[in-house]
Amino acid sequence: MRILQIIFKRELAGYFATPLAYVFIVIFLVMNGIFTFDLGGFYVRGQADLMPFFSFHPWLYLFMIPAIAMGLWADERKTGTIELLMTLPVKLTDAVLGKFLAAWVLCGAALLLTFPIWITVNYLGDPDNGVIVAAYLGSWLMAGSFLAIGSCMSAMTRNSVIAFILTVAICFVFVASGSEIVLNAFNWAPQVLVDAVAALSFLTHFDAISKGVLDVRDILFFLVFMASWLFASAIVIEIKKAN
Amino acid sequence: MIEINQLTKKFDNFTAVDNLSFTVREGEVLGFLGPNGAGKSTTMKVITGFLAATSGSVKVDGHDIATDPLAVKALIGYLPEGAPCYPDMTVLQFLDFIAEIRGFTGQEKQRRIDKVIGDVELGAVCHKTIDTLSKGFKRRVGLAQAILHDPKVLILDEPTDGLDPNQKHQVRQLIRNLAKDKIVIISTHILEEVSAVCTRAIIIAGGRILADGTPKELEARSRYFGAVSVQLTADFDLHKAVASVTEVSGIELSDASGRRHVLLPQQGAQIFSKVLDLAQNERWPVAEFHLVEGLLEDYFRSVTQGTVTGGAPKHETGVTQ
Repeated sequence: MRILQIIFKRELAGYFATPLAYVFIVIFLVMNGIFTFDLGGFYVRGQADLMPFFSFHPWLYLFMIPAIAMGLWADERKTGTIELLMTLPVKLTDAVLGKFLAAWVLCGAALLLTFPIWITVNYLGDPDNGVIVAAYLGSWLMAGSFLAIGSCMSAMTRNSVIAFILTVAICFVFVASGSEIVLNAFNWAPQVLVDAVAALSFLTHFDAISKGVLDVRDILFFLVFMASWLFASAIVIEIKKAN
Repeated sequence: MIEINQLTKKFDNFTAVDNLSFTVREGEVLGFLGPNGAGKSTTMKVITGFLAATSGSVKVDGHDIATDPLAVKALIGYLPEGAPCYPDMTVLQFLDFIAEIRGFTGQEKQRRIDKVIGDVELGAVCHKTIDTLSKGFKRRVGLAQAILHDPKVLILDEPTDGLDPNQKHQVRQLIRNLAKDKIVIISTHILEEVSAVCTRAIIIAGGRILADGTPKELEARSRYFGAVSVQLTADFDLHKAVASVTEVSGIELSDASGRRHVLLPQQGAQIFSKVLDLAQNERWPVAEFHLVEGLLEDYFRSVTQGTVTGGAPKHETGVTQ
């Protein structure tokens, strides 16, 4: 636990030592603004909720999160510091979790900084703040799931651009598998299969949570999803660290 | 004590380390020599727990790296090849991170950081990001993190690579000072370094040990051990002149000018003083007269190339007359 904290602290400080964290947060906020007000029709809808804000998050994360995750392990391999880290008295799980949590907290910070939109909607109307809190939580859980995939992809290569592309591709599968287009394409298949595909999608679970339905199964989906990909990361690092 | 027992490391079909066994005790400074790709770095990576062995075992102070890696890693200070450090941290932040990982806090942490900064002379750059440092400073930062916890075992992969002669001298001094009641293993291409700091040298190639002994012992195995180099100033029949010294087993011409010769002794014989006396008594036209140097280099080449080298060390164009 102590080691995990030290690694977490170093990684988080690392994001702010370079412009990465600032660029990420600023772009994230600007994009959110554009999506919510222009594309989402926040005012036109005339409803006091944040649906237009949250409904774009999966698509925004699809490109933003891999950019954070791509360096997690690829950079360690590229600079050779992985050899330093892995020969310090550090457990691999502490390293994987510490790095992941630092990136996840950065995403959380960016998400929290969208609070003006919450103030706006409260000023303009009388929204259900419980639903909004649930949606924020759901969005953060989804960000973590994107990151966990990114962690694993980043462990596979020393080239962070390749890690980025792989992460986007895999995340796209998990987002799109819940969309109407993909599910309609499966209309020939038995309902069980369609449900299975939909159940693997971030969209299905995120939509449920962002509507204020805090089902344990949806939360569990994201937690188990993250744990599985982080476990895979550790295995990939163990196998590939020498190359 | 480090015990390495029948260590083998394979990458796919390539065997980097082949059934290696040796033991290193406290107080020894072991020089690991070998051509590029000999398996030096791989062996170090296995000892430090970065790579898992394919077979065989590594034990440090009785702890097996395969079953108790954290205990072994806590005992070892390791400078990986190329001295990797986190480029976006400052030297102080980096050493602080290492000190925390090594379990130091508060004043003890500060004291240790201050001490290594003094030891490797990083004071001038401690607030700079590692990214902006010169190669020599980076290497010293790597060295600082390796010795910060005063480890019982110090493993340094090419510690002086890329340093200027002054820095090399400094690092060697540092290693000598550290070496008391510690185990130090260094790998190097620079053979003079081995004579300068090591109490023992192991030559490996193709993942196997070819020679193991003190630097002096290895030098004595060179066929130029005790050989005398003579630089003549005029044409002179050296063969006739040394005919009376029966211990001289042969004469080699060692450069193109035809004036530099190497007198080889018979196995174990001392010829220097005899030939010197002769040269003085008979007034040879001599400009230079000394024992042949670079014996370790000659021995290294002869074992790693698997053949007896032509030409005396330091004089590349040898022709045997």
